[in-house]
Amino acid sequence: MPSDPAPQLPLEQLEENFADINPPLSAAQALEEGSRCLFCHDAPCIKACPTEIDVPQFIRQIMTGNLRGSARTILSANILGQSCARVCPTSVLCEGACVLNAQGRKPVEIGRLQRYAVDPVIAAGTKLFKAGAPNGKRVALIGAGPASLACAAELRQRGYETVIFDANPQPGGLDTYGIAAYKMRAADVIQEIEMVRALGVEIRNGVAVGREISLAQLEADFSAIFIGIGLGATDDLGIPGEELPGCLDALTFIEQTKSQRFDQVGVARRVAVAGGGNTAIDVVTAARRLGAEEVFMVYRRSQQEMSAFDYEYELAKKDCVTFVWQALPVRVLGNGHVEGIECVRTQPGPKDGKGRRSFVPVPGSEFRLDVSMFIKALGQKRNTGFLQQIARLELKNGCVVVSETMQTGNPRYFAGGDCVNGGGEVVDAVAHGKRAALGIDQMLGGRGKANHA
Amino acid sequence: MPDLSINFCGVRSPNPFWLASGPPTNTAYQIMRAFDAGWGGAVWKTIGEPIVNTASRYGSVDLKGERMMGLNNIELISDRPVEVNLREITEVKKRFPKHTVVASLMVESKRETWHDIVRRSEDAGADLLELNFGCPHGMSERGMGAAVGQVPEYATMITSWVKEVARTPVIVKLTPNVTDIAHMAASAQAGRADAVSLVNTFNSIVGVDLNTLAPRPSVGGLGSHGGYCGPAVKPIALHMVSSIAKRPDVKIPISGIGGISDWRDAVEFILLGATSVQVCTAAMHYGFRIVRDMIEGLENYLEEKCLNSPMDLVGKSVPRVEDWGNLDLNYKIVAKIDSRKCIGCNLCYIACEDGAHQCIRVEERPVGDLRHGHDAAAKHVPHVLEDECVGCNLCALVCPVPECITMEQVDTGRPAMSWKQLQEARGKKPSCSMEDLLTGK
Repeated sequence: MPSDPAPQLPLEQLEENFADINPPLSAAQALEEGSRCLFCHDAPCIKACPTEIDVPQFIRQIMTGNLRGSARTILSANILGQSCARVCPTSVLCEGACVLNAQGRKPVEIGRLQRYAVDPVIAAGTKLFKAGAPNGKRVALIGAGPASLACAAELRQRGYETVIFDANPQPGGLDTYGIAAYKMRAADVIQEIEMVRALGVEIRNGVAVGREISLAQLEADFSAIFIGIGLGATDDLGIPGEELPGCLDALTFIEQTKSQRFDQVGVARRVAVAGGGNTAIDVVTAARRLGAEEVFMVYRRSQQEMSAFDYEYELAKKDCVTFVWQALPVRVLGNGHVEGIECVRTQPGPKDGKGRRSFVPVPGSEFRLDVSMFIKALGQKRNTGFLQQIARLELKNGCVVVSETMQTGNPRYFAGGDCVNGGGEVVDAVAHGKRAALGIDQMLGGRGKANHA
Repeated sequence: MPDLSINFCGVRSPNPFWLASGPPTNTAYQIMRAFDAGWGGAVWKTIGEPIVNTASRYGSVDLKGERMMGLNNIELISDRPVEVNLREITEVKKRFPKHTVVASLMVESKRETWHDIVRRSEDAGADLLELNFGCPHGMSERGMGAAVGQVPEYATMITSWVKEVARTPVIVKLTPNVTDIAHMAASAQAGRADAVSLVNTFNSIVGVDLNTLAPRPSVGGLGSHGGYCGPAVKPIALHMVSSIAKRPDVKIPISGIGGISDWRDAVEFILLGATSVQVCTAAMHYGFRIVRDMIEGLENYLEEKCLNSPMDLVGKSVPRVEDWGNLDLNYKIVAKIDSRKCIGCNLCYIACEDGAHQCIRVEERPVGDLRHGHDAAAKHVPHVLEDECVGCNLCALVCPVPECITMEQVDTGRPAMSWKQLQEARGKKPSCSMEDLLTGK
């Protein structure tokens, strides 16, 4: 508990604060929205979806009352279609590519229509897919996040035996633990994962590879291994006072809101959050919704340079977050617990190697924010320690280097998701998992071609 | 300000917008509400021996968000006693002497019975009579309605019985469920009908419930064919009206019916030969208030065209309806896509590729999204192979953007040449190639 906790809100109020920000469409709304889809040929929404969901087709199926077929169209391309319907940044993916934009019209609400089609199927546990005839080959997958789940589901349909090893008590990875609660609850993900399990994918939770089971053992027991371990803990700032109680990392904080009752999650009256990405937005909005009275989002660069999507920034603005642009925390202050942070103003510096403008502190511009909770949302560390144990694995910036087929430098290992791209969307991880499954299938003598339902 | 009043068989009506015989004209209460709203006339729901109706009675076809594109009914004629209907006609005419009240009639095929109903209707004050020879369901099983309208001799005979006693003009309402409706119009004229009205409803089964397997509308699990009407039937009705207007030996006025919902629909019927128009489905859908825009729309249209009366429009497009054999085979248009307006849906491409003549090309769309500076929103504009384009219009029809694809005329340098002319030329020069004949060489 923080030293100066925010006044406790009643649970009903908290539930309301974290209510679904994009509630499901009613049947009438879905038909009206679906009727706006033009059924484009070679549709740009498909091309802008990393998993290439046939969007016009599934919308048409909603319109014809073929909801089950619609769900099948979605889930055959993206087994985590339910999660993606809720958490995808659709405004820069399918909906951003919708041709209606070019006419100055609102794009079709593809995400919400997708949810409309998929939710009932997931809730009812309808079996849409079945495992392929056993081919006697076994594949191990490390980590039970979206990449592994997608890879395993694809492999099962091709007859592979698949076992996912995951250190966490619950599967799903960041899909379960890392998505803002007002977008999706952990229970929703668990339901979705049941569909993957129903295909015969074995998921062993609480089994950390390298601790409960060795890599050598996996290599001995399985023909191929997929690495879907994601990233590690949030990066440290490397500043004095970071170890004080009341200073925590973004993922831990979000995880609390996903794994506990909202009235069990402690939040301070005044909170500072360091970072400018989508995770930072998840944290500041969660802090406000938990009851924090003043939340500062401290970002070292300017608003234009932050990596959070526009709609995420709008969300934080609506939650009355105070933005502190061009400021860098240099010290966590406090005596036994966080009492404030000291920041220094920054100004743009020369461009770095990637062409991105650097920032430099402005001497003498130090200022103090009185907060009793400080949350770091700075991106995640790479799991290089684990990855370096695998022979011949090539890493770049701590990320696994892969081929077109997601094969690593060690031919028996494939990889996908955040450990490859350094942190992307759920839909990117699913796309990687699928592609890796095809790669594995190809390597182990299968056709290695996408199934067309 | 144009004067919307019309002269229909010598009867003056405040405007050409009449309510067709049907549920909206069942009672004096409804018709007086309609006249208050602005309707110029009303054809009373068919009067005859009272019937007993079923529940349910209507079924409809929706199109995406649009309800009731087509409506089907198995309702019969008036279920109220003849004397009640006639008494109410008198009441309406008393309150609205200048409005047109048409008595729609249907009785068994006996000369005396017809004489009796005609006399009583005229005594009640009806301005015109409309003989219902069109009702396609129920009544036809009892030898009335379409059972009469589908047999030319019956239609002539009963019309002539009516004309033996009628003092007011007689309209014969035609069923479209025949092979040649113009022939039926001629048969009505042969019985000395003063006018025809068309179309009555089309035989139809509007759909089948996929769970109960019963046709819609269902009466306790059974269905019966009904009469189809509403916007869906308008094009067929337009053709039928024009076919009568074009027939040289039919010279009587036409009251146009079939899917008319607004003033533009009405003008189309008038241009193809109708003097008055009758509306039912749209009034059932939205109420009598729709007539306000019909009146204003027609007034504005006439004013824009510098015309004073809708009578000036009657039949103006009839000469433009020609036999196919008289159309110019050398008239050429090609599609042009305005790349500024195009939104890149590529519906024109796939329509031409799969459904027409493979004259539009487009590259495959690149993969990518709006992240990382990729311009996924870049428009993907197809282009027309103008030399290949046959000018069929399909691409322009499927294009969702107004005026994005236009069909533009191309001068071929060839003289106008119809198929009939081509046949003639062929007869004269059998050895000439088709191409040479077309170019007029």
